[in-house]
Order: sequence, then structure tokens, then C-alpha cells
Amino acid sequence: MAEPGVGFGPRATARVYWRLLRAGFRRQSAYRAAMLGGLAANTAFGLLKVAVLFATVRAAGGEVAGYDVGQMNAYIWISQGLLGALNLNGRSEMATRVKDGSVVVDFLRPLDVQAAEITIEVGRALFALISRAIPMLAIGAAIGMALPASAAAFPLGALSIVLGIVLSVASAYLVGVAGFWLVETRGIQICYMVMSGFLAGMFVPVALFPPFLRILAQATPFPAMMMYPVDVLGGHTDVAGMCGRLAAQVAWLAGIAALGQVLTRAGRRHLEVQGG
Amino acid sequence: MVEVPAGKDIWRWGGEAHLPVRGDLRARLRPYRVVLASRARSQTAYRANFALDLVSSLLAAVVELAEIWVLFHAVTRLGGLEFQQMLLVFGLADLAFSLADLTFGHCDELSDYLRAGTLDVFYLRPQPLLLQLVTCDISLRRLARASVGVGALGAGLAVNDIAWGASSVALVVVALVSGVAMFAALFVWAAGAQFFLIDGAEMTNAVTYGGRYAATQPASVWSRPVRAVFGFAVPMAFTGFLPTLRLLGLPGPAWFPTWLGWCGPLAALWVWGMALLSWRWGVRHYRSGGG
Repeated sequence: MAEPGVGFGPRATARVYWRLLRAGFRRQSAYRAAMLGGLAANTAFGLLKVAVLFATVRAAGGEVAGYDVGQMNAYIWISQGLLGALNLNGRSEMATRVKDGSVVVDFLRPLDVQAAEITIEVGRALFALISRAIPMLAIGAAIGMALPASAAAFPLGALSIVLGIVLSVASAYLVGVAGFWLVETRGIQICYMVMSGFLAGMFVPVALFPPFLRILAQATPFPAMMMYPVDVLGGHTDVAGMCGRLAAQVAWLAGIAALGQVLTRAGRRHLEVQGG
Repeated sequence: MVEVPAGKDIWRWGGEAHLPVRGDLRARLRPYRVVLASRARSQTAYRANFALDLVSSLLAAVVELAEIWVLFHAVTRLGGLEFQQMLLVFGLADLAFSLADLTFGHCDELSDYLRAGTLDVFYLRPQPLLLQLVTCDISLRRLARASVGVGALGAGLAVNDIAWGASSVALVVVALVSGVAMFAALFVWAAGAQFFLIDGAEMTNAVTYGGRYAATQPASVWSRPVRAVFGFAVPMAFTGFLPTLRLLGLPGPAWFPTWLGWCGPLAALWVWGMALLSWRWGVRHYRSGGG
């Protein structure tokens, strides 16, 4: 959406993406009822998770897989707060645009299709993060949330959350571009949605998984979307562990972004538009 | 949306006017039957897609069971129940949810119908609105989901020490039927609320899907406020947990005496009462956007 006369220097490009990010943010802010609904759902599920996971910690004698009650509480409310911002369902605008052919117009714009799409979605996610994480953290704090031992957890945690959000959006984009070759991506999207929540640690922390399931989870990018930011911010790991998780997130993001770029270009060549 | 083939006026009230009285009911049911059959055909027409639908639906239920199993991998007892006893809770509750989801689950899509204005088509037909909404679709893929519930329930009934007799069989049947009724009522309740919320489907998800999640938990782990909400206001404990206590003769925690295991039908009446009120208020509130 470059304006006429705008050059393509780095500053102009940065400005375009900044505007896309803001547009996504503002678009999400228009859905007030959806936001309240999301808060209600996050709270109800959070309270049920508190019940069953606290009971698990107590039944295990006060600690399970390194989580005491305070840390479990931090896990629950940080993860509930992130849910609105993370795309764990594999749905994307891209899927719709590929299916109905309007992606052609995107290709005509002097912008990278993948980067523009991800930027808008991240803008939306940032609004969801601000509006939904704060109430969840407030509930968590009221119940008694463990704080990280090191102050480094806060800047690293913030970075980790942003990486997790971008990674979740970039992965969902992959499901969308699969549509260049498949007529219907709904089946893949539903499988993605079913697996991602579980493997990202939405209901049970990945650390509680039996070994084979933990290895399976870590072989996918899903824990890097949600479990790692929660680990970093929830005081479940030391500084070395935090850096290790951040490095894993960066590696996953680089790989998935590169794959998205390759698939977008291949899809563009593969694309056939009927009529005009 | 339902597509009525041109020239086949299946929606005409009662079919042909000269039908005898005994055939009248059949004729009245015919439109619903035809629509459901066409929906079933359309879902199975694309075989690969239908297979993938079944797989994902199966996977969803397996993952839900795995969430419980993972916890029992860390501890042996949760809320006084062992994993084999939890199989009964999960089996009863999840099978009931799946069957309700199969038949009533698409009521969730009412918010789309409202936004797109397609609900108004229902008003043009001389049939009850709610009945049309319920019978306008059926999600066959959810049969795969139900099979996990059947498996869990079967395993739970086999591995637990149950004093079999007429009363225990009756208890399982009563629990299942009232469980299905309760979840179906939650979908209707949520649909009624959509008339007010329009874009707030997630708000009602807190009750429908939150209810499903609650129903597959041992209710003994809940705090008092959660017991009040998911034990009685939205009586999810009556779908799996309470019948399991009664079936196994286990002592109940505070607020949940074992005899409540028989009270599923009362709980179902309560939820249907709320559901029909919600639907009635919703329909009265509805003003079409025109179009």
C-alpha cells in the first residue's frame, strides 16, 4: 500500500510496515464484544485449569515437574493471557485470499506478500495481547503468582512473547499458502488446531508430559509459541534456560519464515488466475 | 445454508393436502428428513475431505483424553479418583457431548446466520424456528469423536469394579440421556444469547466448551465458586462425575452427595428451562437487518 511518490529506501519501507502494524492493531480494537467474550472464556478455562492443576501439584506432594503452586499459577494465567494473541488455530487471511484468488492483487503491490500479511496479523495480536493479558495477569496476581527469580526475566520474557506471537502467525501463514496446491485447506487447518494447542502446552505444561510426548512436542514449533514465553516469564527456568529458549524461538522463526518465503514464491509461479 | 432444489417445494406445510391423517406426521417430518439427508450426502461426497474431517475429529477427542492421561502420568489419584475411574467420567461426559455436538453443535453458527442475514430465510418457512435451526445441518464427522467417548466408556465399564444389575444399567442410560440433553440445551442457550451478543460467540463458548472441559474433570478438585457455577448453575458435574460416584459407590465430596448421581434428569430439565428462556428472549429481541 505504498503511496505514489514514496521511494523504496529502507525508511520508506519501514514506514509502510509500521502503518500496516498500526492498521492491524486498530482493526482488532474495533471488536469490543469479541474481546469481552474472549476474556470471559479465558477466565472460565483459567479457573478450571487452576482447580485441576493445583490438585495435581498437591497430589504430587507440593511439586510436580519443577512446578510448585505459585509457579503453576503463573503458568496458568500467563498462558491464558497469551491465548488471545497467539494464533494456535491455523486460520489466516492468507488462506481466504489464496482460495478466492484475491491474493493476485497482493502480488501486484510493491511489498513482500508474506511480510505484509504477518505484519498486519502481528498488529492485531498486539492489541489482543494488551487487552487480554492484563486482566488475566491481574487474576493470577490476586491468587498468588510466583515471580521470576531474576529481573532479566522481564525484558527476556517480553522479547520471548513477541517472538512467540510472530512465530504463531508465520506458521499459520504456512497453512494458508498450502492452498496454492490444495483446493481446500480446512482439513489441514483443523488438524493443525487440534495438535497445536496440546503440543504448545495449553492445558498441561509440556514439562509434565511423559518423555516420548515431550520429545514429540519439542520436534514441532508449537512449544516455542506459548510454552517457552511462559517458562521465561513464569520463573520456571534460570537465565541460561531463558537464553536457550529464546535461541530456539529465533531458530524456529528463521526456518518457518524462510519456508514461507520459498512457498510464497513457488505458489506465485504456480498460481493460475482465470478470467479477469 | 440449506439449498432447496428448484421445483421441489419440500417446505410446503404438510406436503400434499389430500394425505390421510396417519401419513400426516410422515409428511410433516419429510422436509426435515430431506434436508438432513442432503446435508449428510454433501459431507460425504468429497471422500478425501470427509476422511480428513473424521481424522481431525477423532484426533480432537484423543487429545482431550490425553490431556487427562498426562496428569495421571504425574500423579496416581486426582480428586480421589484414579485414571481408570476417570475413564468413566470422561466416557460418560465426552460421549454425551459428542452426541449433542453431532445434532445441535451447528447452533453455534447462528451468529454467522445473523450477520449474513440468512436467518431471515427460516422465518419465511411455516415451521418452528428452533426446530429448523437444529435440523438444518448435521455434522457426521463428529461421529468419529463419539467413537472415542464410546471407547473410553466401554473401557471404564470393563476395568472398574461395578456391581452390575438393573439399577447400574439404568444409571448409565439415565446419565447418558440426560447428559446429551444437557449439552444440547447449552447449545440452544448459547444460540439464544447470540441474538444479543452478535459478535460475542466466544462469550458463550465459556459456557459450552468450558462446560465440556469442566464435565471431564473430577468435580472434587473444584473450589467453592467453581462448584457453584459448574456443579449447579451449569450442572456439568451431573454428566459424568456424579453418575460415576454413584456407579462405583464412592463417597462424594462436599456439596456432592453420591445420590445426586441419579439426578441427571432434573439437571437436564433445569438447563432446558434456561435454554428455552434464552431462545425466547433472543427471538423476541431479534430485529432483522433487512436485506
